[in-house]
Amino acid sequence: MAGLTLRNIQKRYDEVEVMRDINLDIEDGEFVVFVGPSGCGKSTLLRMIAGLEEITAGELKIGEARMNEVPAAKRGIAMVFQSYALYPHMTLYANMAFGLKLAGKSKEEIDVAVQKAAKILHIDHLLDRKPRALSGGQRQRVAIGRAITREPKVFLFDEPLSNLDAALRVKMRLEFSRLHDQLKTTMIYVTHDQVEAMTLADKIVVLSAGRIEQVGSPHTLYHHPANRFVAGFIGSPKMNFFDGQISAIADGLVHVSLVGGGSQAAAVESSTLKVGDTVTLGVRPEHLHVTSGGAFSARVTAQESLGDFAYVYADCPAAPEGLILRVPEEQEYAHGAQIALSADPERCHLFDGNGQAARRIKLLQAA
Amino acid sequence: MTQQVLNATVAPLPPGETLTPAAQPRSKLPLASLMLTPSVAVLFLWMLVPLLMTLYFSAIRYNLLNPDQTGFVGIDNYRYLLEDPAFWPAVGHTLTLIGSVLGISVVGGLLLGVLFDQPFAGRGIARLLVIAPFFVMPTVSALIWKNMILHPVYGLWANIFRAIGLQPIDWLAQYPMWSVIVIVSWQWLPFAFLILLTALQSLDQEQKEAAQLDGAGPIRIFVYITLPHLSRAIAVVVMIETIFLLSIFAEIFTSTAGGPGTETTTLTWLIYSIGLQQFDIGIASAGGVIAVVLANVVSFFLVRMLSKNLKGEYEK
Repeated sequence: MAGLTLRNIQKRYDEVEVMRDINLDIEDGEFVVFVGPSGCGKSTLLRMIAGLEEITAGELKIGEARMNEVPAAKRGIAMVFQSYALYPHMTLYANMAFGLKLAGKSKEEIDVAVQKAAKILHIDHLLDRKPRALSGGQRQRVAIGRAITREPKVFLFDEPLSNLDAALRVKMRLEFSRLHDQLKTTMIYVTHDQVEAMTLADKIVVLSAGRIEQVGSPHTLYHHPANRFVAGFIGSPKMNFFDGQISAIADGLVHVSLVGGGSQAAAVESSTLKVGDTVTLGVRPEHLHVTSGGAFSARVTAQESLGDFAYVYADCPAAPEGLILRVPEEQEYAHGAQIALSADPERCHLFDGNGQAARRIKLLQAA
Repeated sequence: MTQQVLNATVAPLPPGETLTPAAQPRSKLPLASLMLTPSVAVLFLWMLVPLLMTLYFSAIRYNLLNPDQTGFVGIDNYRYLLEDPAFWPAVGHTLTLIGSVLGISVVGGLLLGVLFDQPFAGRGIARLLVIAPFFVMPTVSALIWKNMILHPVYGLWANIFRAIGLQPIDWLAQYPMWSVIVIVSWQWLPFAFLILLTALQSLDQEQKEAAQLDGAGPIRIFVYITLPHLSRAIAVVVMIETIFLLSIFAEIFTSTAGGPGTETTTLTWLIYSIGLQQFDIGIASAGGVIAVVLANVVSFFLVRMLSKNLKGEYEK
């Protein structure tokens, strides 16, 4: 078991810089999720940690030891691949024993390790089968089992659930949680699915275009995103963004007049803001309410009922991407209906012209 | 609604009659056989007729030098052939040729495949050059080897040997079998290379990476991951090459003509020689029948061995 330290990690392919300024501390036993849109470099970062990609500059430490030059097999890590990468011509037993066999372990030692891993993953009755005879979920377990038998200091998972169907994905997600509780080993998990990130992680690392956007707990990332990218990426459906200008700053509230009319206040730290700044206001779908005396108006385009609640899609001049709000199921809106909307200022996010978030603050309740 | 449609389209059956599944195929049978007839007829004309004629010729006295001597001779033609001192060596030569060419082309194709799986400058052109011999006609390639490479006076090797002060070797006279093997291998190596390279390129890179993480070096990755992955492709190469190598003729005809003596006389050459040089069609036909039997024995074991291998990848 060990923590990881990444210092100023950089990766370039010839002249193209794909990752830079990666600084990250991962504590022993933590479950860390790298999340980001495809092409953001999350898999590359994982492969650099694994030793499958060279680190162009910077330093990677696992525990206290520098790992940049250490070959993959000697880093004390185990990796589960997206395609599982099981050896198709070997039985499950041989698949899981392969690493130990190469390491020159005795037959008894190998047997103990394989049986133990198989029990943890409930695949002990399948050990004499070959991978092709298994379902996707079972293959996934074998791939994890192969990682467990090596007793690594760090587990690396590269989008392990992306090849499974939705129901199985939810089930395996719980398995990962259980596995982490059981093994208490450091785990690094790469995904593009922010739901997986939110449910599994102790710590989420949001990456975009080869840079770390924000590191924090799921709670922090959801309620205090550092910038517009993180705000838009974490949460489903995604946050609504409104373009506007600051019209007034008073009593801890920043008033934003929205493009196309209307205004909405946000309770944020205002020291770096001034009247007249172009800003983006962010409100999550569940925090946007239909009120008779609403702060701004929108036109309904569609409604999706999901049982206990419904999502209403609407157009608003200030929100070029359209907006979504969550309403109780019994409320129904006709297509084209004008609705007046407002949000609690304490629930609003404000991003400056560079997309950086202003810190949200609690309003002092008037006595 | 569906129920109504069903009721409307299915006419009620007369009492006592039931709709059996057998009723339909029986009515289709004449049409099916009618449509099969052209291909069956072609197969019959092109394969069965020559085979039956060969069987017939092998049982009669039929020598073009004595066309008036005819008549049924039973198995005499076979006896003469099996007693021919050139026969068993010819079978041996055939097997040596096939075995050696298979070995050289599979091992060489594998090594070249591994080499061309790595990126290097000019790979596209080099790959084209490696494949090129496959598209050269057997007679042409044998002529090139005979006159430009192996020739004791004008050949490439002769020049090299003279340049370093050695006596040139007359390859086709001193090492005739090896020369034929090299010529045929040169032709078939590209085929093995092509099949094995595509198989190599279809290997999942993540499997190699997983093995790398498991602590396997390049050699162990090759032995434990790459070779098992290639087993099917190798099986295909062996099967297809064996089928074609059993009937190698043009290379021998052009380069050694079965000689010197009978050193490069394979079964195909022996049959040719008896039939079209000694004009004994009867014995040559007996040789043809034996060749067919031999090919079937070889392919029986080969197909059985390989089908087990091919099947294994997909079935439980």
